[in-house]
Amino acid sequence: MQVRRVYLVIVLLLVIGVAVQCAPQAQPTPAPQAEEPPLFFAAFATPIEEPWDGVIHEALQEAADNGQIRYEWTDDIGYAGDMERILREVAETKKPTAIFGDAFGNEEAVRRVARDYPEIAFVFGSGLGPADPNLSVFDNWIHEPAYLSGLIAGGMTKSNVIGVVGGYPVPEVNRIVNAFIYGVKETNPEAKVLVAFINSWFDPPAAKEAALAQLDAGADVLFAERFGVIEAAVERGAWAFGNMSDQYELGPENVLTGPVWDMRPTVQYVIKQLEAGAYTAQDLKDFSMMAKGGARLAPFHGMDKYIPEDILALVKQREQEIKDGLFRVPIDEAQPAPEN
Amino acid sequence: MDALFLVSLVAATLRVATPLLFAALGEMLTERAGILNLGIEGTMLFGAFVGFFVADQSGSLWLGFAAAVLSGVLAGLLMALFSVTLGVNQHVSGLGITILLSGIALFAFRLQYGGRSVPPSIEAFPQLSPLADVPVLGTLLRQYLLTYIAFLGLVPLAWWLLYHTRLGLHIRAAGENPEAVDAAGVDVFRVRYLALAIGGGLIAAGGAFLSLAQLGSFTHGMVSGRGWVALALVIFGNWDPIKVMIGSLIFGGTFALQLRLQTLGWDLVVPYETFLALPYLVTIAALILAGRNATYPAALLKPYRRD
Repeated sequence: MQVRRVYLVIVLLLVIGVAVQCAPQAQPTPAPQAEEPPLFFAAFATPIEEPWDGVIHEALQEAADNGQIRYEWTDDIGYAGDMERILREVAETKKPTAIFGDAFGNEEAVRRVARDYPEIAFVFGSGLGPADPNLSVFDNWIHEPAYLSGLIAGGMTKSNVIGVVGGYPVPEVNRIVNAFIYGVKETNPEAKVLVAFINSWFDPPAAKEAALAQLDAGADVLFAERFGVIEAAVERGAWAFGNMSDQYELGPENVLTGPVWDMRPTVQYVIKQLEAGAYTAQDLKDFSMMAKGGARLAPFHGMDKYIPEDILALVKQREQEIKDGLFRVPIDEAQPAPEN
Repeated sequence: MDALFLVSLVAATLRVATPLLFAALGEMLTERAGILNLGIEGTMLFGAFVGFFVADQSGSLWLGFAAAVLSGVLAGLLMALFSVTLGVNQHVSGLGITILLSGIALFAFRLQYGGRSVPPSIEAFPQLSPLADVPVLGTLLRQYLLTYIAFLGLVPLAWWLLYHTRLGLHIRAAGENPEAVDAAGVDVFRVRYLALAIGGGLIAAGGAFLSLAQLGSFTHGMVSGRGWVALALVIFGNWDPIKVMIGSLIFGGTFALQLRLQTLGWDLVVPYETFLALPYLVTIAALILAGRNATYPAALLKPYRRD
């Protein structure tokens, strides 16, 4: 058995060898680059299926696919102390040029490790500030498109009741929800916005039940900060807004649009800074906002035909004003009231 | 607060209680045979994934549901291999199975559906709406077929199986006094294997209800501790199908209630977290009250050895 397997492997290798020899000579390629692209590592506390880390992962993967960087990652590290061990291992053994990740819940560990490896760029999602010399921070500053979504929601509701289901009332969630409410009130001061939290990032059945409760209370427009809400909108025929990514496919007859976060501008900026040898620790928040393409309204996929003309015009106008720096969406990180 | 509030609350209660009832009935059967199956949480997630995957691939929700049940049966048999044949500590083997099956489900999910920014979705089971035009009943009866099956089919069936069939007698005896079962010429291993297989199938069905009926989708956190709640409901229900059903209704009711309390928009002094804790507080309180009279199956946790 053992001998046969070895024999098989040898035959296989020979076949591959023959195939390689027979293959047409590759076109003369441009001379191999003297240096391979820099190694970027990502350390995520949650699985990458979680939309927040998924957005970061996607942007890094794209940069790797374009040959700008080499990319390795690990996820689902959790908040039980493994982050520090993994970061140190990676820093020692792989010596990456940059490490991306999410620091929430692991803030101290990330900052401790970053201090010990000043030659590596640490770029982490964080609600706190950057730290010299090498720790930059970013966050999902998508309150601007959330505000634009609110403008639409206010114009769409017939019952004047709008529901929002969120995970936890942390600043990242609060400022999105508050901006959404701010938008609603601008186009429809009469509308009442119900806000429920399920205290979980990942419990779609509970999120759906919370949304159904809001629909039972008269809501006809839902803002799905979490997964599970759009399913309720589909079931009862209500309008819905996604969050974080383009979620149109979850409800092609119900999802109008929603705020989308795009980490590509942040990743590209860091790559350029490192290439230029000009990387410094800084707050990269601007690169997650609309003006620099880090946040936008999800494509309408034709759903704009349901949105009143005047509302659509206002959204377009505000969008341009935000991009031109002429309009600032207020940032309010206080916990929204259950009814607004 | 009006009639509509109460009616939709009751409807939501039945919906929320359904996956708990499936899982709790399954766990009740296995514990009745003397095996504590802590693989319940992982089996639910596994069932949710297998059900979704097969339904997505085949285009048939019922085929997906059947596959989920089958996967639960296999999970139960795996638990049986460890706890019955090998006589391993049931806490350890059960938790191991939960970790194993959760890992397999999420790994397979990534292999099949990885790299997407939204979870995959399919058209879920529709809700039945008999008497849709009758005001109150129409809302109450608007439920999934699986909810009807759980409450009107499974509960009586489990009761009948346990108390009115020879197999039920064997299961109960295997959990109370396996020596007597053996002495009567009945194979204790076989009875326990059977109980774990049936129980596993029911537990996985509870998970599949989440992915195939309630959501039509699969993501991380689908189950989010519902297996552990079901485990508590078995103790609360004192290993009796009817009482287990009542327990699932109490939990489902408070869960649905707290979400609705949040929507009332009352400006209360208590934070919303108080509402969120309500179902668990009620369950703990109920457990304390009921737990005093809990009569555990005497041979629970004891591997049977003829020595």
